[in-house]
Amino acid sequence: MSDEHLNGDANGAPPAPRGGRGEVIGVRHGMFGASNGGDTSGYGGLVRTVRLPGASERPYGGPRGEAAWFDEVADELEGALEEQGLLPENAIERTVVDRDELTFHIAREHLPRVARTLRDDPALRFELCTGVSGVHYLQDAGRELHAVYHLRSITHNRLIRLEVTAPDDDPRIPSIVDVYPTNDWHEREAYDFFGLVFDGHPALARIMMPDDWQGFPQRKDYPLGGIPVEYKGAQIPAPDQRRSYS
Amino acid sequence: MTSPTHAPAGVRETTEGTVYDVTGGDWDQIAADIAQSDDERIIVNMGPQHPSTHGVLRLILEIDGETVTEARCGIGYLHTGIEKNLEFRTWTQGTTFVTRMDYVMPFFNEAAYCLAVEKLLGIEDDIPDRATLIRVLLMELNRISSHMVFTATGGMELGATTVAIFGFRDREMVLDLFELITGLRMNHAYIRPGGLSQDLPPGAVDALREFIKKMRKNLAEYQKLCVGNPVFKARLKDIGYLDLAGCMALGATGPILRSAGLPHDLRKTQPYCGYDTFDFEVPTTDTCDSFGRFLLRLEEMHQSLRIVEQCVDRLEPGPVMVADKKIAWPAQLALGPDGLGNSLDHIKKIMGTSMEALIHHFKLVTEGFRVPPGQTYAAVESPKGELGVHAVSDGGTRPYRVHFRDPSFTNLQSMAAMCEGGQVADVIVAVASIDPVMGGVDR
Repeated sequence: MSDEHLNGDANGAPPAPRGGRGEVIGVRHGMFGASNGGDTSGYGGLVRTVRLPGASERPYGGPRGEAAWFDEVADELEGALEEQGLLPENAIERTVVDRDELTFHIAREHLPRVARTLRDDPALRFELCTGVSGVHYLQDAGRELHAVYHLRSITHNRLIRLEVTAPDDDPRIPSIVDVYPTNDWHEREAYDFFGLVFDGHPALARIMMPDDWQGFPQRKDYPLGGIPVEYKGAQIPAPDQRRSYS
Repeated sequence: MTSPTHAPAGVRETTEGTVYDVTGGDWDQIAADIAQSDDERIIVNMGPQHPSTHGVLRLILEIDGETVTEARCGIGYLHTGIEKNLEFRTWTQGTTFVTRMDYVMPFFNEAAYCLAVEKLLGIEDDIPDRATLIRVLLMELNRISSHMVFTATGGMELGATTVAIFGFRDREMVLDLFELITGLRMNHAYIRPGGLSQDLPPGAVDALREFIKKMRKNLAEYQKLCVGNPVFKARLKDIGYLDLAGCMALGATGPILRSAGLPHDLRKTQPYCGYDTFDFEVPTTDTCDSFGRFLLRLEEMHQSLRIVEQCVDRLEPGPVMVADKKIAWPAQLALGPDGLGNSLDHIKKIMGTSMEALIHHFKLVTEGFRVPPGQTYAAVESPKGELGVHAVSDGGTRPYRVHFRDPSFTNLQSMAAMCEGGQVADVIVAVASIDPVMGGVDR
């Protein structure tokens, strides 16, 4: 397991792992996110690198209190992909085990094939997809938009996660609606909020926001649109412009 | 101005001003064409303000006579951007938002969110037993109140006003308990990352025991009122049919999935909050229809009551918040003359004797705690199905991203499969059997 650095945090140790491992998603300066004027707090020189848990080494193990099935699923998936003439290392960019959860980072062009394999292979049998959740990592250059899928196998009582990325300037990911029809609305929602274009979706329209809405509200660079509040001559900026603990 | 083939709009001068009579144009021809056609295919917008669509749900039905040939949902009328809002508040303040998502099952939203945050923090094992037990207790009470709303609104839509009144009467009993325990009937924000906001108030256990006795008696009434009722059966049986293959493809969970015969319940398959130590059953039917789902929910209320009873029996004194003072909200709530507030003793201590305690209090409340970077998925079995939370932290004091996989949202997709080919009147029954709550669908 690769999450030693996470469990030792109960005593208030800095959460970002200091080691070289992990995927860097951003660098933070100072303590209050102050960009409008000098930081007089004395913390202005603080630099912190934010890392998400990185790729794990085998053996992957399993969740606590359950059989160690992570390796079994990874083996089966890699084997099944190989049988189809697809090199596993081309499809699976990275396998991450963190907090008792197994994540496969999948190259976006291979997502439908991987999803179909995960659903149909009797040893995998992930029948239930719980939808897709978009995440926008503004500083993760070249792979800003992430689509995260959670797949549940009722047959084997397992849960895994697939993560697919796309850059901001080409936000396209193949749709898996024909594998999991339940993703119809979920992909529309991710499109609506993140502008992720799911190629092959039968009707990729906005679902929550009005049809003529401009922009994608849950992207991190989307302005909140608050107005500054004035009180006795002082200006309090809108929530996304305020200083905050970073 | 006017084309020679069409008569210009008529104009009348009245005391109110000029009145234009807007007829003519090519509308006469369109009206004539429609009158000639014997095609009765029309498209009807049901909602978003229709009393029997559970809030602001818009159903777009293509109707041929009395038959629904195509059905689609329009949603988003209650979208409030809660997921985005969460990103601008601390992790603890998040519960205040998520409790408002599906407002009929607030405790499930809070519990799922807090389980996700605790998993990110890696403190799942440090949550005190009493806090977990009270969480289970509240979730099961909430399951009863949610199913009561289903029964009451479903009954009302069929014209069974007695069922509606009984349902809301019994839900009110549960809400009274919530008010006693949390101070609020809805939107509690009672379950917090690390535990609970406060302990049970004095008299809660007695009230709970009294409630169990009364509810057990009342639940039997629904059995008598509905299960044998020929009208009720005629309206619900074989309506809203969705078989197991349909459920799996459409991702339907909860009573819809169990009405197709699959006993999938996260409380049994992936136990959280110690559900594996409770004695209860997961009812199923294989009718795949609205009547089956109604019977299931009725039985689930009985089972929930069993769990509530076991919780009350097992309650033992102890802390309700994690011991780690870097996470535990520094509140010692007490009932002051102005309602709920921090206890005077606590304020006296931090203001008068301990500068460090005051600083700590201030930092934790304004800044919050930091959560190690990473992502997690926590799921609970809500009254409507699998409620999943995908939470991402970037190591900050605020969530980087929280996504709720709301069961109402997912289950509502199956509306088309349940309604197409059926009668218009059955659309109401089918939608009611999905039990969607728009607060959860739209978030």
